[in-house]
Amino acid sequence: MLYLQVLINGLVLGGLYACIAAGFSLVWGVLNVINILHGTFIVIGSYAAYFAYVYFGIHPLFSIPIAALILFFIGYALQSGFINKVVAAPVLTTLTLTFGLDLFLNNLLIVAFKADYRKVTLENPLGVLSLSGITVPVDRLAAMGLALLLTGLLFWVLDASRVGRAIVAVRMDREAAALMGVKVRKIYALTFAIGAVMAGAAGSLISLIYPISPLNSGMFLGKAFIICVLGGLGSVSGAMVGGLALGVLESFGALAFGPEHAVTLSFIILILFLLFRPTGIMGKRGYE
Amino acid sequence: MKRGFWILAVVIVLFLPWVGNNYFIRLATIMMLYCVLALSWNFIGGLTGYPSFATAAFFGLGAYAGGVAQGQGIRMYIAWIIGAALAALFATGLGLAILRLRGHYFAIASLVVADVLREIVNSTTNLTGGGMGLNLPILKLGVDAQAKLFYYCMFAIALLTLFTAAYVMRRPLGFGLGCIKQNEDAANIIGINATIYKTIAFGLSAVFVGGAGAFYASWVSYIEPGDVFDILFSIKPIVMVLLGKTGTLSGPILGAIVFLVLEELVWRNFLTFHAGVLGLIVVFLILYLPDGMLAIQYRRWFAWRKS
Repeated sequence: MLYLQVLINGLVLGGLYACIAAGFSLVWGVLNVINILHGTFIVIGSYAAYFAYVYFGIHPLFSIPIAALILFFIGYALQSGFINKVVAAPVLTTLTLTFGLDLFLNNLLIVAFKADYRKVTLENPLGVLSLSGITVPVDRLAAMGLALLLTGLLFWVLDASRVGRAIVAVRMDREAAALMGVKVRKIYALTFAIGAVMAGAAGSLISLIYPISPLNSGMFLGKAFIICVLGGLGSVSGAMVGGLALGVLESFGALAFGPEHAVTLSFIILILFLLFRPTGIMGKRGYE
Repeated sequence: MKRGFWILAVVIVLFLPWVGNNYFIRLATIMMLYCVLALSWNFIGGLTGYPSFATAAFFGLGAYAGGVAQGQGIRMYIAWIIGAALAALFATGLGLAILRLRGHYFAIASLVVADVLREIVNSTTNLTGGGMGLNLPILKLGVDAQAKLFYYCMFAIALLTLFTAAYVMRRPLGFGLGCIKQNEDAANIIGINATIYKTIAFGLSAVFVGGAGAFYASWVSYIEPGDVFDILFSIKPIVMVLLGKTGTLSGPILGAIVFLVLEELVWRNFLTFHAGVLGLIVVFLILYLPDGMLAIQYRRWFAWRKS
């Protein structure tokens, strides 16, 4: 029974992880840029949810559009203003640039909101779902459902919408897409903005579970990276599988070794996957 | 003329502690430390072209190895050597695993290492003091004498790093690393054992940083995980080398000096926005000075003025 409970907890966490990683994976896959800012984007989303709840009483599940809107603009501006200028440069250049932007933005958050940990404390929690000894808070369950829904929505956008197909086309072959009349720079900016939106949405949902602080951004970034490697880079389904896998692994890892070794455990898994199965659990690449 | 310039620089550096107060000596020591970090990163990042973010891991490992060793009653200088050796050993083992990765994968794998080590140090409270930090024995020396002693020791480490870098760059090893940077597959085809070369470069990028970490522990005589595994220790050397010029000998040194000057003049004045200003400088550097200061064609400026 304990194992089942741990499994459920892991899956609930994993749904949120999938949402965290989907945007990161999209940006990495399409732009070939590791977005160090992703963790800070998530924190901004959490703050949006926090203040929406504290000042306007909006439940974090419903403040997703607010967070998404804010991050869309931040993402679009950063990409078209800075990152587009070096998008074809070597890894070190793009990585250092997003690192610099992250240092700035994260420090801005610390100055604006202090490094104190805040928490969304719901006045009327939705209660707890109990089924033959297994308990899950309904709020968390709803957050997980919504996270998976959003990830599914991203999948649909990429799969069926015109913009989504343009993004996929740019990913497959930048030059060919440009010849077909796709405005590559605009698509880059849009892709980055969508990645930021996913981060913001994930941040809103995460505010229900994690305490909120700018200091958490590194942790989220690390998780996003591990999920991408676990699930396979550059596909939404990979992010989904990787996220759920990491959630379950972390839950059982905490049970077996204690929660203080979570980072070490994920790192070992990361290295093993990178060495022996670099294409991830799904074993395929891309949005094809 | 070039040799004369180097000798002049060494002479100036040797007499630096006699012209300023202890604050000045402290700055000069940090400058030497930065030179070590920048020159070390240059082995793997500049010469080999692998974007390593592991400097903080080596630094922290060296600091804790040295700190724990000194706590057991081992002499300070031996403790530094232990820190350097352990960092080099660790880098070699780690390198064999993660140097097979390229590009982004390598960068992030190296970035996570510092987090892992910090967590391990935090959880082994008996040995390292965990989050409480580690106190080191304090030298029985006057303040002035201590400052000068540490300055000269750091200078010696920096000089050692510089000589090693100069030596490597003139040897087949340096040439091989350059080949790997340009095209690793081609390097393998012409008979360069890329795995061994890369691992050696990674080890070289760790050994002096580990020594400097152990030195740092003795110098400040109190270390804690969040301090010595600070991610900024990984970022700063990269910024310094980019500021100067990658893959050269004088680039990292120039970058380290300019970086320190900037640090003292600019963002020391932003107490709560220190990292933010550093971030802005990084962004500016990447966008407007991507090849570093040594790549600027100064002569063209003067030619333009004449005409």
